[in-house]
Amino acid sequence: MKHVKSLNTKNLQNTLKKGGCGECQTSCQSACKTSCTVGNQSCEHK
Amino acid sequence: MQVYQYKNNGYNIILDVPSGSVHVADDVLYDAVGLMNQGTEAKKAEQELAGRYSEEEVREAMEEIAQLKKEGALFSEEPYAPAIDRFTQMPVVVKALCLHIAHDCNLACRYCFAEEGEYHGRRALMSLEVGRKALDFLAGHSGFRRNLEVDFFGGEPLMNWNVVKELVAYGHEIEEKTKDTPAPKKFRFTLTTNGVLLNDEIMDFCNREMHNVVLSIDGRKEVHDKMRPFRKGQGSYDFIIPKFLKFAEMRRKLGLQYYVRGTYTHWNLDFSKDVLHLADLGFDQISVEPVVAPPEADYAIRPEDLPFLEEQYDLLAREMIRRKKAGKAFHFFHFMIDLSGGPCVYKRLSGCGSGTEYLAVTPWGDFYPCHQFVGMEEFLLGNVDEGVRREDLVSEFKKVNVYSKEECSRCFSRFYCSGGCAANSYNFTGKINDVYEIGCRLQKKRVECAIMLKAAEAEMDI
Repeated sequence: MKHVKSLNTKNLQNTLKKGGCGECQTSCQSACKTSCTVGNQSCEHK
Repeated sequence: MQVYQYKNNGYNIILDVPSGSVHVADDVLYDAVGLMNQGTEAKKAEQELAGRYSEEEVREAMEEIAQLKKEGALFSEEPYAPAIDRFTQMPVVVKALCLHIAHDCNLACRYCFAEEGEYHGRRALMSLEVGRKALDFLAGHSGFRRNLEVDFFGGEPLMNWNVVKELVAYGHEIEEKTKDTPAPKKFRFTLTTNGVLLNDEIMDFCNREMHNVVLSIDGRKEVHDKMRPFRKGQGSYDFIIPKFLKFAEMRRKLGLQYYVRGTYTHWNLDFSKDVLHLADLGFDQISVEPVVAPPEADYAIRPEDLPFLEEQYDLLAREMIRRKKAGKAFHFFHFMIDLSGGPCVYKRLSGCGSGTEYLAVTPWGDFYPCHQFVGMEEFLLGNVDEGVRREDLVSEFKKVNVYSKEECSRCFSRFYCSGGCAANSYNFTGKINDVYEIGCRLQKKRVECAIMLKAAEAEMDI
């Protein structure tokens, strides 16, 4: 496309089908402890 | 809000919130999306844009918008609410514990929510027996979850180091015992420390056993020493820095995760300098967060501080681009975002798991929803001997998700912060299911910067 560049191709809707396994890291066990950040975490089953 | 647009550092960014699609647009397409996002029909938008852009540019932009819509990457639907309802009604399994190995500390940090390690209670060290019961509880209540997380926390966990080592060994015993069962377990241990008691033996042990270590340091010497003194008042910066540098270098060489983790307050609103100071020292995995404090505290972040703080994040992001180009990149925890392989929508919408899949354990074995609730008796959930007794509270925490908070359900950042921190919400509103406005403003700014950095990286092709 000429006027727009997409930075990702993953559609969150696709994760509705296979997601929810719960194996990923708990948000607060990383380096925060006072907030909640999930966007930077990885899926264990990608 | 389904489509969110903003300009940052020269980039026109369009976020299609439900699909998680992120687009960087030129002016004509950005403006066209802006009009359509306000409800202007495509034909009318074309007419409005005709005065500002050439006919051909407008036509091309509208075609590209139509294409993105067709692909489900713009103006997409948000079909998640029923699925999240079902998901949150599923049986709870516990998968992570924050073990308060020591309610005692050798520092007297002024902002500590544990009140010098004691959490509004008495000084105490966790016994091996209580720790073992906690790990047994975790293994026994984690269903088929394989990955179990245990954070050795405090106070200062190194004040009870032998118990930490024994519990790691006990975790391995559980792994061995369960490895040939239908529900094998794998522990991921982490340690959060102020570094005072850190020595070579502890570093070696952690490098063998700890999935992550979080090293508490606030940044510049004067900033750190003001808020993180020893009990007699002397600053701790000079004492811990050489040890942290050595530890970080060891872990970097071994390819292991660590974070230097700081807190900024009203006294160092120019916190970007503290982040850069840590980077200049040689740390490359950095997390520096706003203090969470009662509004009456002199060091608390105030609403009027927010514009300056937002600017600090912008400054930091731009400097990170500059350093990346110069081959001096570092990671800043809150600017990290995984656009292609991030968590599923369930994880993104269902909150941090406090009070359900994540519990904090006091030195004497009491359960609380998370470390920030420890000491608030109204949130006492149970203990290692009797398990979770307050199912009513667990039910309350299960209901905490993005769609249960009106403000969150409209916010562009809802898939990145997961609705924020229940403890922060409680401390500022008296409810676990509300929002902490200062935290939200800063979180939104961090997400904007994180996405902008991705746009810059894409442009640099790195």
